[in-house]
Amino acid sequence: MGQAIRREAVVGGIAALAAVDQHYLDQARQMQALSFTVHIPLVCFGMAFPVLVLFCEWTALRTGSEVHLTVARRWSRVMVALFAIGVVTGTILSFEMGLLWPHFTGTFGSVFGLGFAVEGFSFFVEAIFIGIYVYGWDRLSPRWHLASGIPIAITGVTGSFMVISVNGWMNHPQGFRIVDGRVTDVHPVRALFANTFMWHEFVHMYLASFMVSGFVLAACYAVALLRGNTSRYVRVALTVPLTAAAVAAPVQVLVGDWAARTVAEHQPVKLAALEGLGHTTTGAPVHVGGWYSDGEVHFGLPIPRLLSILAAHDPNATVRGLSSFPADVLPPVNVVRLAFQTMVGLGLAMALLAVCYLWVRFRRGRAPHSPWFYRAVVLAGPAAVTALIAGWVTTEVGRQPWVVYGVMRTEDAVTGASGIPVGYGVLVVVYAGCAAAVWWILRRLAGKPFPERPSQVPEEVGSP
Amino acid sequence: MTFLQLLPMLFVLAGVILYTVLAGADLGTGVWQLSTRDHDLRSRVYASIAPVWEANHVWLIFVLTVLWTSYPSVFAAVSITLVVPLFLAAVGLILRGTAYALHGASSGPDDHREIDAVFGLSSVFTPFALGAVVGAIASGQVPPGGGGDQWSSWLNPTSILVGVLAVVLGAYLAAVQLSADAVRVGDAAAAAAFRRRALASGALAGAVAVGGLAVVHADAPRLFRGLTHGAGLACVIVSVLLGLVALGMVWRRRLDPARYAAGAAIAAIVAGWAVAQRPDVLPGLTVAEAAAPTSTLVAVVVAVVAGGMIVFPSLGLLFGLVLRGRLDRPRRAETTAVRAGRRNRAGLLGRIALACFVAGAGFTVFGPAPALLAVGIVLLLVAAPLGFLAAVPPAPPEPVADAEQSG
Ligand code: HDD
Ligand code: HEM
Ligand code: HEM
Repeated sequence: MGQAIRREAVVGGIAALAAVDQHYLDQARQMQALSFTVHIPLVCFGMAFPVLVLFCEWTALRTGSEVHLTVARRWSRVMVALFAIGVVTGTILSFEMGLLWPHFTGTFGSVFGLGFAVEGFSFFVEAIFIGIYVYGWDRLSPRWHLASGIPIAITGVTGSFMVISVNGWMNHPQGFRIVDGRVTDVHPVRALFANTFMWHEFVHMYLASFMVSGFVLAACYAVALLRGNTSRYVRVALTVPLTAAAVAAPVQVLVGDWAARTVAEHQPVKLAALEGLGHTTTGAPVHVGGWYSDGEVHFGLPIPRLLSILAAHDPNATVRGLSSFPADVLPPVNVVRLAFQTMVGLGLAMALLAVCYLWVRFRRGRAPHSPWFYRAVVLAGPAAVTALIAGWVTTEVGRQPWVVYGVMRTEDAVTGASGIPVGYGVLVVVYAGCAAAVWWILRRLAGKPFPERPSQVPEEVGSP
Repeated sequence: MTFLQLLPMLFVLAGVILYTVLAGADLGTGVWQLSTRDHDLRSRVYASIAPVWEANHVWLIFVLTVLWTSYPSVFAAVSITLVVPLFLAAVGLILRGTAYALHGASSGPDDHREIDAVFGLSSVFTPFALGAVVGAIASGQVPPGGGGDQWSSWLNPTSILVGVLAVVLGAYLAAVQLSADAVRVGDAAAAAAFRRRALASGALAGAVAVGGLAVVHADAPRLFRGLTHGAGLACVIVSVLLGLVALGMVWRRRLDPARYAAGAAIAAIVAGWAVAQRPDVLPGLTVAEAAAPTSTLVAVVVAVVAGGMIVFPSLGLLFGLVLRGRLDRPRRAETTAVRAGRRNRAGLLGRIALACFVAGAGFTVFGPAPALLAVGIVLLLVAAPLGFLAAVPPAPPEPVADAEQSG
């Protein structure tokens, strides 16, 4: 009894704090965005890279191909380095949940926290088996070694599933009630896993991880190829990731269409912002490019009725425009729109590249010869990362001004701590320094190939 | 207070203990990294933590996530008041993780002076900051609603004491572990060097801990009373005894048992802290008041128990391999299985993949009902791996020489 009242006072106290102090909302947002921009491309490697490494090792076991074994060994070292950085950037995000958005975590932690707790276990298992796999080359029998890699691939999926269930919940909250400003009747399992909003996000993100890892790796080896290194090593290390990305890319476009329809159903404001549709329209068009202001898109290339077709599969469907919503629930339209168009444009371009590649492979039974193809592959690496970030900007900025859609506004979630700008500056410097260091070391590594076989590295035994 | 409301807090404390013991040792290696210019000793440091590094650090994630799910308001209040040390710890973790990853990618004796320095320094201030956080909570500097002072809350005698203690304890655990590892790979010189360091840092840790009681007495009387009465006192005594036992074992070169004894000593002191401030988590906020609703607590407990059933056997496997030295020495390379004459099924697979893709596309885009949409997505997700297997070039065995060329 008395306890309940005291607890209410505490929660209320936290909410009251939020109301007075929110000077640093913008910096906090940018800090969050920066941390995500670093973490999310890395976790793509955590999800897709193990699968590619295992595929190469499996091929080596099956066929005795030394090249595949070399590729798998070398990649497994890169994998553990990327994983280590994925771990630290993820830890930063966990800290930021409290440091930047204490009122969000404090109010809703009991609803969504479970997802992160299970995610933690998932990464636990991943970290354990990454240790066994990467340091177990030549120490375990080939079959056991291969088997020890399988949990890595599985836990990468389950971990990201959990995080995305949280994001799905933030976009489409359920599983709790608010009575007198307090969260009650909490059903965390239902909130997270019976949520219809998470599935498209999960599938879309999983495919994105293959596009990002596949195209980035392929881009590195395409550079080598264009510089005249046509060894079998380079060819294998190029085609395996390229093929993986190429089969994911066309599927991604279809899944993106599904994502857009789900958004149309649950978040009509976000959909209107994606297109910059000022007024409710029957047979709404899509504008390619251009700039949104005063309720319409200027200088864009209109494609009649496309938005209605995409959102509802009906050229005459009516789509709600931004002016039909209260002004204080609108996201920053141009940011969302630009991000969305970037993602879709790059996604279509990469799908086209992928179809060209698959066509040549199946029809001619070989890899494309043209250097222009490989130049395009080099561009596809950064393009995939850009599309990934753009996609998350679409989702997250499109959800603004809410942190929990329709329930809690971002400005009510942010911390009142006065040091946020300093923290932001420090984080920028630290991340920039780390990026520079990684770049430097990669350049050095590219310059001097290191020995592969353990017989050649007696003094470095056991170190990565 | 019901047991259910308490149980997640016990998980959190167990996580704190495991993080202190496992990651503390691993952070402590950085101190020794700083203390020597000897390249061999330095590489020993990296080699010894390499396979377990990531796994050790996940305990921190465990603590954070269980805390914010089960006691959201505590997590919020701690984050608001202790924003500075938490941020410093986060920066330390980024620097350290990156330095570690860079070390993995570099090689050779002259390669990583600067990297080592960053690694070592961040290994010192990260545990200090985390220790200061614990000290601040223990000495009641974190008001439940937020709003504690951002500086004095953690720059006070008790917090600094716990921060220093965290660094020294980590260094001690690390030295014991490094010495044991050196014994296992048969490096007597390194074993002796680290044993000396273990004895020195162990004695220092003991001195800081006991001397620290005087600081706590003056600075945090409530905590002091808890630690010197009843169950709290029992915990402290057990901890001191175990600490002495551990030092004795190091002296007598029984290094592996010494690690367990030292770990148990730390567990006892954390338990003592918990007992000392029970039933409050933060001043005026009890565990029961802070606990999330029952449905959440049940879900957390189920998740932790189920997760534990997967994680502990896996951890056992990893530590088993490490402690038995299986990850130190290469075994004789076995010839890989060669199965020649694989039939080329690429054409057929490719057609099936295409069919799945087309059908999946149809269902996904035009499927009128959610069930059909689901079928479409599944078909698409089947098409992708099939298409991959069909399109990726087959790998006939090739001459080895070619593979040695690099890219
Ligand atoms: C390589 C990356 C990539 C590519 C090529 C695409 N996307 Fe995407 N997209 C993502 C990576 C991504 C993402 C980063 O993974 C997002 C962020 C949230 C999510 O679920 O996935 C995303 C979100 C996202 C959303 C918002 C979902 C939401 O708010 O819940 C829509 C509507 C689309 N995408 C649509 C598309 C379309 C129509 C594409 C067609 C070309 C496309 N995406 C290509
Ligand atoms: C699983 C969970 C989450 C995912 C995957 C996610 C993802 C992202 C991404 C990718 C961005 C934008 C990156 C960019 O702008 O370059 C972003 C921005 C942001 N996120 Fe999230 N997020 C998650 C949870 C959260 C949480 C817990 C909060 C806080 C309360 C939050 C608040 C924000 C804010 C405020 C922004 C910046 C929006 C702006 O610039 O206006 N997100 N998020
Ligand atoms: C798009 C959203 C996200 C995805 C798909 C994702 C996925 C992953 C994956 C696969 C890893 C494994 C590490 C690796 O392979 O490099 C990872 C690490 C991690 N992520 Fe994320 N994450 C996302 C967002 C977040 C958010 C919002 C948080 C925190 C609040 C977070 C916290 C963590 C943590 C703590 C780790 C480290 C786990 C460990 O120590 O092993 N992630 N993430």
